[in-house]
Amino acid sequence: MKILKLSLIFLLIFSFNSLKANNEGINSKITKNLRCLICQGQSVYDSDSEFAISIKTLVDKKLEEGFSENQIYDFFKEKYGDWILYDPELNKNTYILWLLPILIFLIGGAIIAKTFIIKKK
Amino acid sequence: MKNKLLPIIITSLFIIIFIFFYKGLKNSNIYTPETKINIKVPLFDGELFSEKKIINSLELFQVDKYYLLNIWSSWCVPCRQEHPLLMNLSKNRNIELIGINYKDTKINAKNFLAELGNPYKKIIFDDKGIIAIEWGAYGVPESYLIKDGIIIKKYIGPLNKTLFNEINFLTK
Repeated sequence: MKILKLSLIFLLIFSFNSLKANNEGINSKITKNLRCLICQGQSVYDSDSEFAISIKTLVDKKLEEGFSENQIYDFFKEKYGDWILYDPELNKNTYILWLLPILIFLIGGAIIAKTFIIKKK
Repeated sequence: MKNKLLPIIITSLFIIIFIFFYKGLKNSNIYTPETKINIKVPLFDGELFSEKKIINSLELFQVDKYYLLNIWSSWCVPCRQEHPLLMNLSKNRNIELIGINYKDTKINAKNFLAELGNPYKKIIFDDKGIIAIEWGAYGVPESYLIKDGIIIKKYIGPLNKTLFNEINFLTK
């Protein structure tokens, strides 16, 4: 019985630890993608400014409340605009940013294919 | 025909890219914060400064009344500068001042108010700075003019005489 109790306690402790570690992992992933708006070239994760510390605390709180990663991004976007995200989403302001590299890659590929493969034939 | 088309495509592509980058050069590098206005006041629960009571944001703002929500702190020097203007604004009967005490200790905040006066009808104690983020604040001081539960104006940084006159004019 004692062994059972002890193993139960161990199991509980480890499960809580892993839960916390999991949350910490998501927290750092989110805060690395959030720009510290009052710092120069720093993410919220890297910064120790009052603004960044508050955001880190709020991300923790939102995760505890059961918010998903995207819901948290939406929350901050609503408050501070798209600029707060390092990884901008595809929308009417950013489609050139996302599509231009793909377009250049495809055109470049087509040119290479044309000059090397088709000529060989 | 095919051989002629390729250089035209490549050149026009380069011209388009050049125009994009050239236009980008003229854009300002200085980041100006977005001052989102005409949005609803955020929903939050906060602890009142004077009593240990949790208040909801819906209880704070009534319809048909102007409110100036001011985020302040005792350690913030610009807050000290704008405080006399807030004291003056508190005499305006059309407007009610609500304070958010940002990342402060109660003792320091009480000393600050005892020294410079208390212009606020209610103060919310925000020791972790979470409520300020809910308002989309960047730091202290920041003020929000509210009417009918809508933020109609946002002031980043300390208020000055011009902004003071503007608030008095808007709340007439």
